[in-house]
Amino acid sequence: MKKVILIKNGELVLKGLNRSTFEDMLIKNMKRRLMSLGTFSFTKAQSTIMAEPEDEDIDFDEAVERIGKIFGIVAFSVAGVTEKDLEKIKSAVMEFLGEELRSVKTFKVNAKRSDKKFQYKSPEICREVGGHILSNIPSLRVDVHNPELTVTVEVRDKYVFVHGNQIKGAGGMPVGSSGRAALLLSGGIDSPVAGYMMAKRGLVLTAIHFAAPPYTSPRAELKVRTLASIVSKYSGRINFAVVPFTEIQEHIKDNCPEELFTIIMRRLMMKVALRIAERDKCQALITGESLGQVASQTIGAIACTDAVATMPVFRPCIGMDKEEIITIARKIGTFETSLEPYEDCCTVFTPKHPRTRPILENVEQAENAVGFEEMIERAVSGTRFCSVE
Amino acid sequence: MEAYLDNSATTKPCESAKKRLNESIELLWGNPSSLHEKGLSSQLLLEEARAAVSKVISCETNELFFTSGGTESNNIAVFGAAHAMQRRGKRVLVSSVEHPSVAKAFDALENEGFEVVRLPVDRSGLVSEEAVFNAVDEKTVLVSMMAVNNELGTIEPIEKLSQAVKAKNSPALIHVDAVQAFGKIPLNVRKLKIDLMSVSAHKIHGVKGAGALFVRRGVRLAPHVFGGGQEKDIRPGTEPLPAIAAFYGAVEELTPAKSLEKLTALRDGFVSSLSALDGVVVNSAATALPYIVNISLPHFPSEAVLNFLSSKGVYVSSGSACAKGHRSPVLTAAGLEKEIVDSSLRISLSRFTTAQELEKCAEAIGEALGTIRRK
Repeated sequence: MKKVILIKNGELVLKGLNRSTFEDMLIKNMKRRLMSLGTFSFTKAQSTIMAEPEDEDIDFDEAVERIGKIFGIVAFSVAGVTEKDLEKIKSAVMEFLGEELRSVKTFKVNAKRSDKKFQYKSPEICREVGGHILSNIPSLRVDVHNPELTVTVEVRDKYVFVHGNQIKGAGGMPVGSSGRAALLLSGGIDSPVAGYMMAKRGLVLTAIHFAAPPYTSPRAELKVRTLASIVSKYSGRINFAVVPFTEIQEHIKDNCPEELFTIIMRRLMMKVALRIAERDKCQALITGESLGQVASQTIGAIACTDAVATMPVFRPCIGMDKEEIITIARKIGTFETSLEPYEDCCTVFTPKHPRTRPILENVEQAENAVGFEEMIERAVSGTRFCSVE
Repeated sequence: MEAYLDNSATTKPCESAKKRLNESIELLWGNPSSLHEKGLSSQLLLEEARAAVSKVISCETNELFFTSGGTESNNIAVFGAAHAMQRRGKRVLVSSVEHPSVAKAFDALENEGFEVVRLPVDRSGLVSEEAVFNAVDEKTVLVSMMAVNNELGTIEPIEKLSQAVKAKNSPALIHVDAVQAFGKIPLNVRKLKIDLMSVSAHKIHGVKGAGALFVRRGVRLAPHVFGGGQEKDIRPGTEPLPAIAAFYGAVEELTPAKSLEKLTALRDGFVSSLSALDGVVVNSAATALPYIVNISLPHFPSEAVLNFLSSKGVYVSSGSACAKGHRSPVLTAAGLEKEIVDSSLRISLSRFTTAQELEKCAEAIGEALGTIRRK
């Protein structure tokens, strides 16, 4: 039987006159993500987008897996397609959902008749199809309030779709609908999660990674690239930037007070990131900071780093516990990779007693006494870009 | 010029290994178990290789079984011996500085209910006869000790240790992981009075994918892998003839005594040029195998120094290459301080190592000390 994917694009329905723009963006994202599996054609109808494979032998399981990771989709279902004929609908239901029906105890039939010219009304369709199911599988029971499986029959203009329970989508907004932002991506657990969360709100990502050879190794960079590629399964293509940061870090180590190492380093990372972000047409920065998690993430330390920001800094993990962040990291598949034991740039020179309540004036003084401007420019101009997908 | 000084991780295949490997791929690619001529010629090569490897450790050819390498040899030996002997007792002894392929196998035995005794070592990683003598009893069924430590180069007194086991009238089988010793120091299994010994080809200029296990005649190992009867079912599965042929070639080219002499001189020169640098601690004992020099640059993280050296074309390792990024359990067990462990590097030589390579390495280490910021 011919199969299609019916996609419900939840929040987008609320978007009024812009809705069509958002839907087109979602379709573009789906096309791109499904491209390597084969060609799909997309049709918009009310709050549903129908994805129809043009080739016969599409890997449907893989398509479902990928659709499940695309933001802007609240729920979707794989539907069997049949003709507008009650007998054909009945046998289509048994053929398409028979196995699933045999594995549950209760069900109900839900009919939607958008083609009002179809000779049977919705309650009649329910009764007929329900009766047919019961006569085939007598052990089943109808439960209209809390069924294990809802069999949906949708009578549309040209075809009839039959499908079972909906599959939960990734939610959020289509990537691209909110613009572009730059994610500061270390090798840790938090920053990939932060990137995932903001992509979910419709942002396209540029990822900025700070490399400090020889303190950090080429393998550490490879690990971060792997993290970016896992996030890109959700966010789509990521522009990946690697900043040479050794000179700045050694200069901090040589010239700044030890207790301010980390805070000054974070401010300088911010300054470099802002310039790269501007060049890459980003409108915000994203970090994985969580309030109070480490000395550089206290309210005072964040105030000091924020003081250099000239664009909004999104910190989606700010109110989350480590456990909550780990739960998401496991769900999106970045956790294992984050655990690989390579030195990352944030921990190269950690002070024994970092200042947890830094005073902005002192930090600025220490920083200005050194003069980092030329080094920042060198770091920005030495940045290498590649595309991760 | 590159200076490849990570020869305890793996070595460059030598000319005779490549020649034998090519011959096996081009001409002798038949299955040694096949009954026809094509199979027979492969079997003859396999048996020639077996004879060559057996000769190095003075065992009979029917006591040597080819495996895929050191890790597999160790696993077959440890589990095979422990499971075959468990009716006589469940106490097993192992040194606390073994390679993970032995150490983790004993962890697994412990989970199965074996009583595992981990023998302590001194600062150079040496196991004492007393420790073995005191720990062995009539319920002890397996003792496993390495011949040369893979991180420090320490040469364990295997002959004395096995005497200590026999002195207690223990039924214990003695296994020796000789991966870092094979082809470098004399290993006579009769003189050592041991029952099982693991060796690997790619540490002596063969290729990855072949190793061997010596099993003394009369010793029974419980099987864990089942198959078509190859290698008398010690390691069933079609033999990886190209890798075994290269093993054969590598063994043919060995000149242990000559290499040892050359490397002792090279090592001594290298150590004295390192000692001239301020901030270098040599962890390997003067009596260690000259193939391995373990040093520390206290307060300079190994990873940073390793990356720095790598960018200069000098390749060494931090701890054991099999365990990237983890703090060395061997050095920790030897009781070395945290700063020493965290800044340790293993520089490992081969008979092809030149004085120029070592000079370049010492120079680059000096440069690292002047460039890299202390932690």
